[in-house]
Amino acid sequence: MFDIDKWQEILATIKKNKMRTFLTGFSVAWGIFMLMILLGSGNGLSNGVAQNFMRDAVNAMWLWSGRTSIPYQGMKENRQIQFTNTDYDLLKDIPEIEFTSGRYFISGNRFAYGSEFGEYTAITCHPELREVESIEIASGRFINNVDIKESRKSVVLGKDIYDALFKGQEAIGEYVRINNVPFKVVGICLEGGGTRHRNAYVPVTTGQKVFNGANRLHNFALTINANSIEESKVIEEKVRAALARKHKFDPTDRAALGSYNKLENYLQTMRIFEAIKIFIWIIGAGTLIAGVVGVSNIMLIVVKERTKEIGIRKAIGATPGSVIGLILLEAILITTIAGYIGLVLGTGLMEGINLLVERQFEAAAATNNGNGDMIFRNPTVDINIAATATLLLIFAGALAGYIPAKRAARIKPIEALRDE
Amino acid sequence: MIHLNNVHKSYGTGNNSLHVLKGIDLNIPKGAFVSIMGSSGSGKSTLLNILGILDNYDEGSYYLDGTLVKDMSEKHAAKLRNEMLGFVFQSFNLISFKNAMENVALPLYYQGVNRKKRNKIALEYLDKMGLLPWATHMPNELSGGQKQRVAIARSLISQPKVIVADEPTGALDTATSYEVMEILKEINGDGITVIIVTHEHDIAAMTHQIIRLKDGIISEIIQNGELKEWKQQYTKARVTA
Repeated sequence: MFDIDKWQEILATIKKNKMRTFLTGFSVAWGIFMLMILLGSGNGLSNGVAQNFMRDAVNAMWLWSGRTSIPYQGMKENRQIQFTNTDYDLLKDIPEIEFTSGRYFISGNRFAYGSEFGEYTAITCHPELREVESIEIASGRFINNVDIKESRKSVVLGKDIYDALFKGQEAIGEYVRINNVPFKVVGICLEGGGTRHRNAYVPVTTGQKVFNGANRLHNFALTINANSIEESKVIEEKVRAALARKHKFDPTDRAALGSYNKLENYLQTMRIFEAIKIFIWIIGAGTLIAGVVGVSNIMLIVVKERTKEIGIRKAIGATPGSVIGLILLEAILITTIAGYIGLVLGTGLMEGINLLVERQFEAAAATNNGNGDMIFRNPTVDINIAATATLLLIFAGALAGYIPAKRAARIKPIEALRDE
Repeated sequence: MIHLNNVHKSYGTGNNSLHVLKGIDLNIPKGAFVSIMGSSGSGKSTLLNILGILDNYDEGSYYLDGTLVKDMSEKHAAKLRNEMLGFVFQSFNLISFKNAMENVALPLYYQGVNRKKRNKIALEYLDKMGLLPWATHMPNELSGGQKQRVAIARSLISQPKVIVADEPTGALDTATSYEVMEILKEINGDGITVIIVTHEHDIAAMTHQIIRLKDGIISEIIQNGELKEWKQQYTKARVTA
């Protein structure tokens, strides 16, 4: 295999048949090129979606109450379940839960400052919501524990609200009226990874007091400590069971207690991308097989074309083994080199696109206060896949060369050298 | 050197079988200079292929320098061809993308001689053929006579015991043909057995022995002394016919 003479022999053949070699190699290079582009695009899409998920903490979970749909412990269905502050305390004490924030819905959300006004959403919350929904502070601060404790009329405005009401003036320390109740602006925020910042945040205790909420809560946003779908499901079940015990409803009753587990959805989506990746491999492998069949085909023609030469070689002492080696190694050499070129070009193109995407992302982020929105990120193929593809190529080359080589070995010198 | 005993050969199978050689008995001693003649279909090419271990035979026995050549593995046959035999063909059969020197050196490649050494030896043989200035020329840059001399150099480089030539002058003009025959004669003078297949009588007449094949059997063997007489007879016969 590492006989220098043999390689010189093969290189001489290739050098003398440049066009043929080029055409043979092209199909393989194209196959690998397409495979790399497909894989890169798949990765790009997958990375883009993953980053979109990152807007909120990936391990976030939301809970909301409703009416029971299953009779439980002698009580009829259609019973309203109402969360209260004690449920907040209950959730806080579950060790698997990192951050918890309760919310009380306020109806009617008319925001006014001076002569400017608009309809926005005021979300009542605990300070922990910042972690759950990855809220970024543009200036000032977020709701803090003192706001909660003292039920202060503080508000953190979304960037869009600030722009609409204040038109670039200093807002912190000013009062905006929400449903005609004055709130002091303590901060301006951006929603994590989003492009719209039309929510305002007020302390949940204030919301309850000012808007007749007593100790009632409508939903919870929380983050959990889980690394897998299984773990997150176990925690979700635990949370549901704790609330079900307290409010006396069937833990499986999804109408009484609604829950949305982002980690589960995230991991499921990632699974879909795994499936897409497998699909891409299948398509890519198909393209590659077409290339390999092409090589095999051309090598068969090569063998036919070289019948005479192989006959001469055999007449002057070439063994069948050396003839097989000659054809096989040529096929492997062509597929490997051509494939490698395709690999480099394909990954190169994807790296180029990556550069472009990043630049665009930065441009989008610059015009949108540091928050770009992209469905396509980092469309590159990692080195392991490239290495796998290279090994695959050598194997493919051997496969492509095998049948033609066998045929070459069967050539009888007499038939090859017969003069027609 | 060559000893054939009742050799039979058929092509094809079943009903389409064509019986080409129908029992050839032949002794060619070491150092002989022999030509094989016969009309097309007489089996002369088949015989040459068997002698050159390029083809198998069905029946009988063939001893080459004391070794029985029968049912050999391809690998063994290739080795034997490489060591014992040199081939010269009508259409030269040089490898078109190799220059003269590389063509001549090729048999040594299959003996495992390293590149430098085999190219050096190839140049020596080309020199003997008076082709040293053409060593780096490709076959398509050479004349027919030059090509055949390259082919002869290639057949000699492995120092074979037998040279097998299939119509070596078939594609050459008369003057060049005679040149090539001179070279073959010289080779024979060095003690190498030379076997030529030809249908040209003047070429055959330059050998020491003519074996005439007819319908798969040897019809006559003419020794050198009888050649002239035979030639006259033959031309007479042809003129009257």
